[in-house]
Amino acid sequence: MKTSVTRDRRRVLRADHLSLAPYTVWAVLFVLVPLVFVAYYAFTDNNFQFTLENIQRFFVSTSSVIQDDGSTQEVRTYLLIFWRSLKLAVISTVICLVLAYPLAYIMARAKPRTQKIFLTIVMIPMWMNFLIRTYAWMTILQDTGILNNFLSLLHLPNVHIIGTETAVVIGMVYDYIPYMILPLYSIMAKMDTRLIEAARDLGCNSLGVLRRVIWPLSLPGVISGITMVLIPSVSTFYISQKLGDGKIMLIGDVIEGQYVANNLHFAAAIAFVLMILLLVCMAIMRKLAGRHVEGGL
Amino acid sequence: MKKIIELKNITKSFDGEPVLQNVNLDIYDNEFITLLGPSGCGKTTMLRLIGGFETPDEGDVIFLGKRINDVPPYQRNVNTVFQKYALFPHLNVFENVAFPLREKKVPKAEIEAKVTEMLSLVALKGFEHRSVTRLSGGQQQRVAIARALVAHPQVLLLDEPLGALDLKLRKDMQVELKKIQKQTGITFVFVTHDQEEALSMSDTVVVMSEGKIHQIGTPIDIYNEPVNAFVADFIGESNILDGVMLEDYKVSFSGQTFQCLDKDFGKNVPVDVVVRPEDVDIVPVEKGQLTGVVTSVTFMGVHYEIIVDVGGFKWMIQTTDFVDVDEHIGIELEPDAIHIMKKSEYSDLYGDYSSFSNELDELSEVSEEDEE
Amino acid sequence: MKSIAKVYTAIIFVFLFAPIAILLVFSFNEGNSLSVFSGFSLYWYEELIGDSNTLEALRNTLVLALCSSILSTIMGTAAAVGMNKLRSKPMRAAMNTVTNLPMVNPEIITGISLMLMFVFVGRMMGLATSLNFGTILIAHITFSLPFVILQVLPKLRQMDKALPEAAMDLGCTPLRAFLKVELPEIFPGILTGFIMAFTLSLDDFVISYFTTGNGFETLPIRIYSMTKKTVTPKMYALATIIFFAILILLLLSNLADRDENERQKARRKEKADR
Repeated sequence: MKTSVTRDRRRVLRADHLSLAPYTVWAVLFVLVPLVFVAYYAFTDNNFQFTLENIQRFFVSTSSVIQDDGSTQEVRTYLLIFWRSLKLAVISTVICLVLAYPLAYIMARAKPRTQKIFLTIVMIPMWMNFLIRTYAWMTILQDTGILNNFLSLLHLPNVHIIGTETAVVIGMVYDYIPYMILPLYSIMAKMDTRLIEAARDLGCNSLGVLRRVIWPLSLPGVISGITMVLIPSVSTFYISQKLGDGKIMLIGDVIEGQYVANNLHFAAAIAFVLMILLLVCMAIMRKLAGRHVEGGL
Repeated sequence: MKKIIELKNITKSFDGEPVLQNVNLDIYDNEFITLLGPSGCGKTTMLRLIGGFETPDEGDVIFLGKRINDVPPYQRNVNTVFQKYALFPHLNVFENVAFPLREKKVPKAEIEAKVTEMLSLVALKGFEHRSVTRLSGGQQQRVAIARALVAHPQVLLLDEPLGALDLKLRKDMQVELKKIQKQTGITFVFVTHDQEEALSMSDTVVVMSEGKIHQIGTPIDIYNEPVNAFVADFIGESNILDGVMLEDYKVSFSGQTFQCLDKDFGKNVPVDVVVRPEDVDIVPVEKGQLTGVVTSVTFMGVHYEIIVDVGGFKWMIQTTDFVDVDEHIGIELEPDAIHIMKKSEYSDLYGDYSSFSNELDELSEVSEEDEE
Repeated sequence: MKSIAKVYTAIIFVFLFAPIAILLVFSFNEGNSLSVFSGFSLYWYEELIGDSNTLEALRNTLVLALCSSILSTIMGTAAAVGMNKLRSKPMRAAMNTVTNLPMVNPEIITGISLMLMFVFVGRMMGLATSLNFGTILIAHITFSLPFVILQVLPKLRQMDKALPEAAMDLGCTPLRAFLKVELPEIFPGILTGFIMAFTLSLDDFVISYFTTGNGFETLPIRIYSMTKKTVTPKMYALATIIFFAILILLLLSNLADRDENERQKARRKEKADR
């Protein structure tokens, strides 16, 4: 009897580990190993021999672009694209933050029923396929699109937006702003209103309340909002294809293009660089945020 | 009396922190035994060892003569009333109580009868179909007791079951628990950090601290004959003084020699002297064996609690006579008011009442948290 | 609410809904333009119903979403139970990092990395095409798992640790204790996790794009290839139908929520009355 009982207890212990085993195996096989494959492809050629060529190509490849004044200039092709991706993503993220912050605050201070309705309104577009939503923006912004038709109707001069960086930024802001609103809202909804009253009681004006109470307390939401907008913006390829009209190449477009052209090793090299850069960015942001949150509280 | 549970040389540590150190305890059939000690003393771990939720690192848990170290909880004829009751929120009162019977595949009619019987035992008849989340703390407590008793365990373990109740309810439940234990004849192993609770309910009290058992005895033994300064201080109020046992029945402290009832310590041996506050008689200064100045008086309802400075040592005295602050009084001690203990590692930890305050005492009680 | 706040909220909401409104309107366009409305018609809806490719893509999407959400819910729940019981700190930290990784990694990297591995393994096995239903299913399970885990884990943490112990104390084996006591407690989390996994799978484009093949086309991929050519209002008709399907689902879940809330309120009131 004793031995059977001992075995029984061991089975209990093993059951706990057993429940975790499938996921552990899965995560290693399909999360970690694929990332190793990115590095492996990035540093090998088509015959899987070690090479630095792909990485080099990313940093040194040049092409000539025609400047506004008609002259041509040699530029580092992929570095330029990379820089543009980062620039547009950062601009979009900042716009999202500026637009979403007041909205999230208004939502969080509304009556509970109104809050629910607002939340649903913000979430509905997220449930809509983003390709179609982006495409709809294209039909709005096109030179012969809805916006210009509307302007013509009012006898106003037409605008040329499609194919510019502005169009891409509009698309990014539109597609990803819910990801900024939601974390900001959820942290502000949890904020104790008595803190704001206390700050007022202690002599803060509205700006002071914002700067010294609301902002520091909302920082975790700000951080997660920034992360959730920046990462998809920097790596998107559909938005730039449609709203950039093929003229505004982003890093995602290059990866996708190389994939379609079956240049898997170069695609992997770009993905590898992007991954490393994002890791560094996130690490820096965590550090900065960590200090801010501590200092703010 | 029949031994039902024996803990033999039990040692247990968590993450290298020793929780129990070589503990031995016998639990007899049909007794109400209380494990008493401050939080972190290992009493809950001891209960969990009996319940089967922990296995000892060393030593044996014996149940009716059989070693049960590795028997899982569901195969032990021991049930537990958990600290926060652990009622199943998705089941109603009836189903909570019926739970162990359903596990044992007891016939339906029998379940009905037994649950009804249990609910009337804990005075919850008519609550069968209530959701347990809609009960008051006291009612939840009763459901937890009914659920743990319905399958007739040989031992019931109770882990600070009254901790979450308010004072009035706690007093009622103490009486009721004792009554239930008498009625059912089941051995109760009760864990608490409340010494009053322990003294008023138990047949046997086990005083513990820091993973060790200090004293096992009846409440009266524990109160009147504490084995060391820790027990004396933890159970009730006490003045603990340094003294020297001059010879049998003769002890000297505070510069005076007193008659006492203790012997067999040897000659001129340093000892701890315990005097309970209610055993001190106040007499006029000229008649006192010791004299001192009253530094504070607190009205406690039945009596006054006064602090008296006797040559720098602050005594606590409970008296029904009124004295004023700054009054000079005399103190007289009958031989049976004096209890002598051997010096121990705890001797120097407990001094006089110079920093005593009622409020502080209450605060520390509130902040006392769950073990582990 | 102050009027300035009202106006601001309205502007943002108009911005959020402008493209949706436009595609709703143009789905009923008589002509095939997406910017000039020439008259009301249901023509494009008829077209859509007759489009066997799109219908097949819809079927594929639903099959994929169902398979991946069921599998990821089972595996994710088991994983959460195991993770909740992990005692060693470094192990817990490692598991958390692995779980967060697919959520912070850009989708394109998740997609590319899985694709590279599938292609490599396919080559090793000498297959002509290495991407198929199996690979996209693996990919969908992979990106759904963290969401399931993050829904279930908090429910486990909130649960009174003594509940499973109480069940075992009263005669349950650990497995029965889990089924009879823990499962009912964490079920709301499991359900939310399942719904999230299902909708994420329905909506995913980027990862699917890199990991599907062998003619297995999901709705988002179908939409992508539609937008590569000239788009007719047929796609808008599709979007409109999806939109209303989601709206109805949301309203239903909101109603269910409100019911639950009211019940809770009534319960609280009853408690207060006593």
